[in-house]
Amino acid sequence: MSADPTQTLAFDTSCHLFDGCGFPAPGLHSFLFEPIAGDTDGLYFNKPMLLALLGSILVVGFFWAAFRKPQVVPGKLQMIAEAGYDFVRTGIVYQTIGKREGEKYVPLAVSLFFFIWMMNIWSIVPIASFPVTSIIAYPLVLAVIVYITWVSITFKRHGFVGFFKNVTGYDKSLGAVLPLSMTIEFFSNLLVRPFTHAVRLFANMFAGHTLLLLFTIASWYMLNGIGIAYSAVSFVMVIVMTAFELFIQAVQAYVFVLLTCTFIQGALAENH
Amino acid sequence: MNHALVQLAAEAEKENPLIPPWPELVIGLIAFVIVFGFLAKKLLPTINKVLEERREAIEGGIEKAEAAQTEAQSVLEQYKAQLAEARHEAARLRQEAQEQGAALIAEMRAEGQRQREEIVAAGHTQIEADRKAAASALRQDVGKLATDLAGKLVGESLEDHARQSRVIDRFLDDLEEKAEAAR
Repeated sequence: MSADPTQTLAFDTSCHLFDGCGFPAPGLHSFLFEPIAGDTDGLYFNKPMLLALLGSILVVGFFWAAFRKPQVVPGKLQMIAEAGYDFVRTGIVYQTIGKREGEKYVPLAVSLFFFIWMMNIWSIVPIASFPVTSIIAYPLVLAVIVYITWVSITFKRHGFVGFFKNVTGYDKSLGAVLPLSMTIEFFSNLLVRPFTHAVRLFANMFAGHTLLLLFTIASWYMLNGIGIAYSAVSFVMVIVMTAFELFIQAVQAYVFVLLTCTFIQGALAENH
Repeated sequence: MNHALVQLAAEAEKENPLIPPWPELVIGLIAFVIVFGFLAKKLLPTINKVLEERREAIEGGIEKAEAAQTEAQSVLEQYKAQLAEARHEAARLRQEAQEQGAALIAEMRAEGQRQREEIVAAGHTQIEADRKAAASALRQDVGKLATDLAGKLVGESLEDHARQSRVIDRFLDDLEEKAEAAR
C-alpha cells in the first residue's frame, strides 16, 4: 500500500475552485486502483477484490445467520431472508421457467441476485464507496457462468442438432428468410448475448458510479468562495443520485437474474 | 494532481475498460463460488426443508379442522336422524294407544249392553214367575175366601173338595167372562 493518503481517494482533495487548478474530473482512472498487495503486471490484490470477497462473506453471513437453524415459526431475521428468497424464487424463477423445471435453478438465481446486489450496494456504503460490478471482470465472470449453464442445458435437452435448431430459432415456415434469420439468431444468441448480459450490468454501475463521483468531486472542488452555493446544489445532487443508485442497484441485480432465467427457459423450451 | 494519479490516468488510457485482467476474473469467480456453494449446498436446502415443514403444518392443521368438521356434521346428522326416529316412534305409540283405547271403550260398551240386556231379561223372567205365583196364590186365596163367604152366605157346607173346586172354577170363569165383556 502506498504511503500517500490520497491514494485511497478517487481524486486530489487539495484542489479547489479559484485555487488555480483544474476540475479533477472522474474518468476511467477512477476505476483503477493501486494494488493493496502485489503488482499490476502479475498477481495483485486491490480494493475491488477485497470488496468482492468481503461482499460474498457478508451475503453468506446474512443467510447463515438467518437460515442456519431455521424455525417453522420464523424470527425477524429469518422472515426478512425468507422474503428475499421467496422474491427471487417465486417472483423471478417460477414466473419465467415455471415451478416444476425452475426449482433446480433457484439456488443459482438466488446466489446471483444477492451476490450482484451486494456488489452493487458497495457503491453507496461509506468508505467502500465503489460498486465492484463497475469493473467488467465481475459481471463477465457471472455472465460466463450463466452462458455455460444455459448452453449445456440446451445440449443436454436437445442434442447437437437440436442445439443449433434451438439457438438459431429454426422454423421452416419462415421460408426464404430462414437463412438470414438463422444467421442473425446465431450471432445474437450465441455470441452477443453473454457480452450484452455482462455489459448491461457493468455499464449501469459504471455510469452510476461516475455520476456519483462527478457530483461528489464537484461539491468538494467548488467549496471555495462564491462556489459554495454551487457546491450546495451539487451536494443535493449527490444525495439524490445516491438514492437513485440504491434503486438502480436492486433493479440491475433483478434484471441480470431475470435475463438468466429467460435464457434458461429458452434452453429448456422445445422450440424457440 | 500528484504523480500517482497522473500515472493511473496514463494507465487508464492504454487499458480498455472492457478487457478484464485475469486476477480479477479469478477473484470474481471465487467470490461467487463462495456464495453459491454455501447457499446451494447448505442454506437453501435447510430453509426449503423448513418451508416444506411449515406448509405441511399448515395443511395438516387445515386437514384436522376439516376432519373435525366432517365428524361434527356426521354426529349432527346422526342425532337428527335419531330425533326424527324418536318422534316417529312417539307418534306411532300415541296412535296405537288411541286405537287401543277406542277398542277398549267399544268393548266395554258392548259388554255393558250385554249385561244390561241380561239383567233386563232376568228381571222379566222373575216378574213373569212372580206374576204367575201371585196369580195362582191369588186364585187359591180368592177361591177360599169366596167359598168361605159363599158357605157362610148359603149355609151350605162346601167342604167337599170336588165340588168346591168346581164351584170356584165356575165362579172364576164367570169373573173372567165378565171382565172380557167389560173390556
